[in-house]
Amino acid sequence: MRITCPHCGARDAQEFTYLGAADLKRPDGMAATEAAMTDYVYQRENPAGTHRELWYHGAGCHAWLVVTRDTRNHAIAAVEAAKSRKTGAAA
Amino acid sequence: MSGQSFRLVSGGLVDRDRALNFSFDGKPYRGFAGDTLASALLANGVRLVGRSFKYHRPRGVLSAGPEEPNALVELRSGARREPNTRATVTELFDGLDAASQNRWPSLVFDLLSLNGLVSPALVAGFYYKTFMWPAAFWEKLYEPLIRRAAGLGRAAGLEDPDHYEKAFAFCDLLVIGGGPAGLAAALAAGRSGARVILCDEDFCLGGRLLAEKREIDGKPAAEWLAATLAELENLPEVRIMSRTTVFGLYDHGIYGAVERVGDHLPEPAPHQPRQRGWRIHARRAILAAGALERPIVFPGNDVPGVMLAGAARTYVNRYGVLPGRETVLFTAGDDGWATARDIAAAGGKVAAIVDARGEADPARKALADKLGARLFAGGVIEGTRGGRQLDGVTIRDASGATMALACDLLAVSNGWNPTLHLTSHQNGKAVWDEALQCFVPGTLPAGLAVAGSAAGHFTLGQALEDGARLGGEAAAEAGLKPAAAGPVPMTDPEATALQPIWRVKGAKGKAFVDYQNDVTDKDVELAAREGFRPVEHLKRYTTLGMATDQGKTSNLSGLAIMAEQTGKTIPQTGTTTFRPPYTPVAIGALAGHHRGKEFRPVRLAPTHDWSKEQGAVFVEAGQWLRAQYYPKPGENDWLTTVNREVQAVRAGVGLCDVSTLGKIDIQGADAAEFLERVYINGWKALPVGKARYGLMLREDGFVMDDGTTSRLGDSHFLMTTTTANAGKVMQHLEFCHQVLWPELDIRMVSVSEQWAQVAVAGPRARETLRAVVDPAHDISNEAFPYLAARAVTVGGGIPARLFRISFSGELAYELAVAADHGDAMMRALMRAGQPFGITPYGTEALGVMRIEKGHVAGNELNGQTTPRDLGLGKMMSAKKDYLGRLMAGRQALIEKDRPSFVGFRPVDPTQRLRAGAHFIGIGKADIMENDEGYMTSVAYSPHLNHWMGLGLIKGGAARIGERVRAYDPVRNGDIVVEICSPVFVDPEGARLHG
Repeated sequence: MRITCPHCGARDAQEFTYLGAADLKRPDGMAATEAAMTDYVYQRENPAGTHRELWYHGAGCHAWLVVTRDTRNHAIAAVEAAKSRKTGAAA
Repeated sequence: MSGQSFRLVSGGLVDRDRALNFSFDGKPYRGFAGDTLASALLANGVRLVGRSFKYHRPRGVLSAGPEEPNALVELRSGARREPNTRATVTELFDGLDAASQNRWPSLVFDLLSLNGLVSPALVAGFYYKTFMWPAAFWEKLYEPLIRRAAGLGRAAGLEDPDHYEKAFAFCDLLVIGGGPAGLAAALAAGRSGARVILCDEDFCLGGRLLAEKREIDGKPAAEWLAATLAELENLPEVRIMSRTTVFGLYDHGIYGAVERVGDHLPEPAPHQPRQRGWRIHARRAILAAGALERPIVFPGNDVPGVMLAGAARTYVNRYGVLPGRETVLFTAGDDGWATARDIAAAGGKVAAIVDARGEADPARKALADKLGARLFAGGVIEGTRGGRQLDGVTIRDASGATMALACDLLAVSNGWNPTLHLTSHQNGKAVWDEALQCFVPGTLPAGLAVAGSAAGHFTLGQALEDGARLGGEAAAEAGLKPAAAGPVPMTDPEATALQPIWRVKGAKGKAFVDYQNDVTDKDVELAAREGFRPVEHLKRYTTLGMATDQGKTSNLSGLAIMAEQTGKTIPQTGTTTFRPPYTPVAIGALAGHHRGKEFRPVRLAPTHDWSKEQGAVFVEAGQWLRAQYYPKPGENDWLTTVNREVQAVRAGVGLCDVSTLGKIDIQGADAAEFLERVYINGWKALPVGKARYGLMLREDGFVMDDGTTSRLGDSHFLMTTTTANAGKVMQHLEFCHQVLWPELDIRMVSVSEQWAQVAVAGPRARETLRAVVDPAHDISNEAFPYLAARAVTVGGGIPARLFRISFSGELAYELAVAADHGDAMMRALMRAGQPFGITPYGTEALGVMRIEKGHVAGNELNGQTTPRDLGLGKMMSAKKDYLGRLMAGRQALIEKDRPSFVGFRPVDPTQRLRAGAHFIGIGKADIMENDEGYMTSVAYSPHLNHWMGLGLIKGGAARIGERVRAYDPVRNGDIVVEICSPVFVDPEGARLHG
């Protein structure tokens, strides 16, 4: 796979580490219920199709990236830096 | 030495001026440069080259390419011995040494060929049915026996003496295959200036052009080939890689290839790898891999001397070898006739042409007459004679009459299968072409096009046309202006009519579908009868299509026979999904230099050389090599040394490199707020110039890491992490900042490698430091108390940082300077401490002292412990949210009987404790139900003169004073220990503040 890092350009996937779903909103630990936090920590969708997910460019610029990937064929539709993201639930 | 009695007097592409000596099964032979091992063996009349997998039947060379199922040999000897090497693609070199496989005691007299006599017992599924019971026998008895009897070659069993490389390449167009289609594609794209890489697995470029007598533009094809290669070599952006197999297609235009740099030499040239594993990033690729010829399934189709017709042509035209003196051709189409023609032209005798298609047209009749061959139109071969070598065939003519005919070569032609493997590597399904009677590429992966025979376009004209068109398109795709395309070269006419026959029915004897796995048509029928009909079941039940050739010559026949058995069509029956690699790849080529010591980089502490001078014994700690202990002359066991080091620190002063700890510099207006959120304890109140111990959790509530963090300025912190987790914590903090709280105004950077840091510990630590730290800095107990952390200078103005922190429980400091000054710092400290008997200590002594003090470390921070489990629950702030806060409070994690952290001492002080021992109540049975926890860390305390341990036990501190068994069945340990406080030395902490 190749991921086009917004800072470093198209790079081999070996430079990146995968984390998972990109659009989870961390509940406020002081206010949230244990059930809500449990969902946040453990519950994940496993879609066959478009998935927005986090990748860490550890062997490059250390940016966390939001990658929009089709899980069926690895086609990547979009990549943006998580810190300055303009899309998604956590934006 | 026998002569090359089957070598033609002239012709072929071998260099007759360069004779090469080689041996097969210890017997010397001679071949020519340009030969493969197979062609050289055939030139010498060697027909029997191996024994089959299951029945140990004699086998000869079937093909002339990578699909070879039979002619597998052990190449070279000693550590370089490589099993299952295909003789058909092994380039001959002087001194080549090969041996046949799977025979005992010799190839000619193989005792295990008796398997053939009991063959009814060895049909498909036999192993599954017979060796089922008792289960334990499988591993101990059946499998070793079967593996000895049925097998391929032997691995060297020694370390590979060669080295391998990994390499990367980038191009606009990757052309896979250097035959006419690939060359035309490379030429079209290369002329426009595109960056082209052309890979071909062969050592000569040209593909089938090397094996055929063809004309291009009215001249011999060799002239076109030479001119094309010359032009390609002069194009600066075109790179030609021969001996390079593209074996896999991966996501986003990445191709895996293996370049055989030194396999054609006795051993690799000096400083050259044996093979190079390539990762090629290509914007576009053209698959021009050609096609593989298909055998016919008929009884006795495996006797040495039965050969694919196209391969026979290759041996005649390319290698100048006549693979038999008396040939019978068995063909299902026009293509086979070219073999009869070329063999006759080379002076061989064609005894008969058996064309399975009904009445032959007059032109074919005339050709048969001209060749002097008897023509059996509508006939088939229904049997062969000969054991180790073909003696003759039985022909059944169109009327059903049979007759025997003597011959020593049976050339078999049943059409070709496109080499479409790479189109399938991303799950693309091949589709059946009814007109062509073969599978052709289906949906293609992005960026890939297919040219020539690989696309089912079997004529030379089509290959050249496809290549030129697709090569031009690829260049345009890369944004280049295609060069003016000249006319596609004209070729001589060729006929490709075909009516394939999947098997000859109504005859007796073993008819092999898969030569390599000894799968017959009867096995496929049996699988059908027993319900193993889907193609994936067929494969697993019969082993059809497995092993090194992955069914390159057998998959379609197996499918066709299954289709016939189930009354379905071939496409209804299924297709094979090909996966990488296309042909076998040595693991070494994938690993490159990453093996042994080079498996991963080794990181050395800044004081490594100094430690080496001191005679340190080193230990791996993650990627780091750390000094474990420093033995002195006369100290013959590590414990003596470690005890000395510990006592020296507790009585005087010691030094230990702690540079390997992770160091993260965090700055910004929100730095303190950031720490509040990632650590369980408070940070906003930490004054500038002070350090504090911090503990961070994962979001699920378990401890992730610990360390001290110092406030160097109002908005400037320096965090330390454990050595092992340095990278992980950095990634975690980046996640916290960039993903969770991008609004925080902070920046962070790892400075682990920028600083050399040394712990100076012991009652004389301050006096030692006094001689190194510049006098302007007051480091008295009052001015620089416990947990002070400040910038100082050393050695007359060299910037440094001093931290008064202690892992040993003694008066202790850590002094840090720029990494380049680490060695000098160590030497300066040694000099300064000399009057106090300063002693370097390693990770062992460090560990002893931390256990004496009851500090948790990696063994306790094992991913399954919470702060409460470790006795650190009081650190958890109730006033703020932090990562893991809520989840650490889950009911199961705050149960009273959770295993929690305490110390252990042996009731009999002479007894040794072992880490990993499990705790069981005294008098209770040693069963899982009675398990109460386990010992995480142990050490011998020279202070207490007995062993001590740390561990996690149900109930924890509430049980101090109680006795339990420390049960260690693996090492025969079962001793009584007393639960105690984890702090064994100086529980009041008086030494720390001295």
